[in-house]
Amino acid sequence: MTATASKTETKTMTMVAAINDALDLALAADDAVHIFGEDVGVMGGVFRATDGLQAKYGVDRVFDTPLAEAAIVGMGIGMGLAGLKPVAEIQFAGFLYPALDQVLSHLGRYRHRTRSRYHLPMVVRAPYGGGVHTPEQHADSPEAILAHTPGIKVVIPSTPADAKGLLLSAINDPDPVFFFEAIKLYRSVKEDVPVGDYRIPLGQARVVTEGDDVTVICYGGMVEVAQKAAAAAQSAGIGVEVIDLRTLVPLDTDTILASVQKTGRAVVVTEAPRTGGFHSEISAVIAEEAIEFLRAPIVRVTGFDAPYPPFTAVEDVYRPNAVRVAKAIKSVMGY
Amino acid sequence: MTRSTAQPKQTRAKPSKAKPQTEATPTDAAFDAAAAAYEQAGDMFQLITPDGTVTGAGELPDPETRLRLYHQMRRARHFDERGWVLYRQGRLGVFPPFGGMEASQVGTAAALSADDWLFPTYRDTGAALTLGLPIARTLAYWRTSPHGWAMPENLKVLPFYIPIATQYPHAVGAALAEKRKGTKNVAMAYIGDGGSSEGDFHEALNFAGALEAPCVFILQNNGWAISVPTRTQTKATNLSRRAEGYGIPGVRVDGNDVLATYHVTREAVERARRGEGPTLIETVTYRVKPHTVADDPSRYRTDADNEGWDAKDPVLRLRTHLLSEGIMTEESEAALLKEVADEFEAALQEADAYPDPEPAEILDHVFAEPTPQLRRQREQILSEEKA
Repeated sequence: MTATASKTETKTMTMVAAINDALDLALAADDAVHIFGEDVGVMGGVFRATDGLQAKYGVDRVFDTPLAEAAIVGMGIGMGLAGLKPVAEIQFAGFLYPALDQVLSHLGRYRHRTRSRYHLPMVVRAPYGGGVHTPEQHADSPEAILAHTPGIKVVIPSTPADAKGLLLSAINDPDPVFFFEAIKLYRSVKEDVPVGDYRIPLGQARVVTEGDDVTVICYGGMVEVAQKAAAAAQSAGIGVEVIDLRTLVPLDTDTILASVQKTGRAVVVTEAPRTGGFHSEISAVIAEEAIEFLRAPIVRVTGFDAPYPPFTAVEDVYRPNAVRVAKAIKSVMGY
Repeated sequence: MTRSTAQPKQTRAKPSKAKPQTEATPTDAAFDAAAAAYEQAGDMFQLITPDGTVTGAGELPDPETRLRLYHQMRRARHFDERGWVLYRQGRLGVFPPFGGMEASQVGTAAALSADDWLFPTYRDTGAALTLGLPIARTLAYWRTSPHGWAMPENLKVLPFYIPIATQYPHAVGAALAEKRKGTKNVAMAYIGDGGSSEGDFHEALNFAGALEAPCVFILQNNGWAISVPTRTQTKATNLSRRAEGYGIPGVRVDGNDVLATYHVTREAVERARRGEGPTLIETVTYRVKPHTVADDPSRYRTDADNEGWDAKDPVLRLRTHLLSEGIMTEESEAALLKEVADEFEAALQEADAYPDPEPAEILDHVFAEPTPQLRRQREQILSEEKA
């Protein structure tokens, strides 16, 4: 962490407030930063992440667009080409799909297709994930699609302080960054967040809890789930090391491998569908680089290969909870 | 100045009914000729007919500009014709020819300044050359050499877009950025008739209108999307009218009349510079050539489809006009053609000298700084090279 602000000066914030704070600082620091999307202006976003910013910076810097995700991303690409720093909001990650052509065909490859004559310092923010009983299509976790797209960085914070420091890094990164915000975490957690501009570098995982017996690798909305499972395991005498990746691209394989080499056991947790998910990439990295250290097969705790269920009564069946993660920890311990 | 872009509906009106207030059409005879030309051209803006007659529908650019447009069309055509030969010799990759569409590309791109943006499709080599993309770099692009991909620093022309219509929203963003930065620069994007079926086309027109972006959208209706004719593509018969749905002006112009495409595009560019927003221009032309040099149009197109288009050749049309007006002589044309050919051959030599890329270069330019993953993959390629 490179702190330009005093480390002692902090303010207690929710994650959505920390994101708003980061956007505010970014707009104040650089005229090139522009925020746009559906409802981000007058309304301040459906989750209020952009609350008050249009009033403070004007309708040219923070503006509502027509309702069309492909054009939001596509227009942002043009703005980035012309030297602005576009920060687009896609209202829910599950609404990103109309814009995927722009993301896959252009956003990820613009630097490459122009041999760095042009680059796109664009951030796309999107609330993602389940756990808050949203309507159909509002709880998807499409991060693996982005991580699989060359040229795109993928950031998924799990705490307010991380969200602010990572978002400021993302906005100031010369390359396109997808910034997924777990809806479940927007207001459920408060913590002390440093005041002023500070950055958390992309590509550095965070060791949440240390332990010698099992490594649990997760990110975003699954970190608090893993922490609960770890606490339960801890009380049964099992030492769990929880690693919050924070960024999927670049991926901090060093932290993952160092931990697995120590514990010899790995559980990977996401709430995304199982087949082809980013959990599979993490599992493959461990299998390729550290299989000789493993004392048990790698276990993935994930969603299922079905659309995320919009049925409140059974949402917990799909979305991993602490019980499922604890069972996985138990299974690798008992192998 | 005609009212073609400022008042698109009146552009489609017959000059005989709505008398243009321009000094270029002082006599009733000229009006009658213009009206007849409009009828013949099918309700399109046109300045010279295929046989070289001046319609009087608007003011012609000065002789020097007319000659410059001819030079640019000859340059583009020479590239297209030499490109075929080079492809057959294995000295150029697969490329989409544009011969026959020079007026549509040259006339529109010539309306831009070097500070403006150009978003070309793969078929718009002629437009990119006109804005100033060097021939050697253009050859390198179609040779799939990296030297053709990084566009020159002094131009804002993007590499030719392969996906259809996806560059339209980019033009909106670039135009909006110029507006936010307080410049008068505009963005121009190209598309074909097939591209106007894509969602990006419609979203971009809507965004540009709603956000008043200084954009000029060129819709080159060349009759074919590979094997699919426009009549199968859409029920619509006048694609410029799509602009009305987005509250922006739409203009339909004879895409084989370079003076007409230049005229209406310049008006649209000036409108955009004045802060009056975007314009859609449909250039009605024809893809005389196959989709690419590797395509066989005899599978989907008959001689009847092609009939009449040779007579509308945009290069010969302006040639007839320039010779009859005395702006060009056969001698001065011969000198011009030699200059064009010499320029091309010199550029070809320059392109021949570009070295091939190194294998590890495929991993360059993914991010500003390579990720640890990319670094390892680079080492892998380098070690495999050694082995």
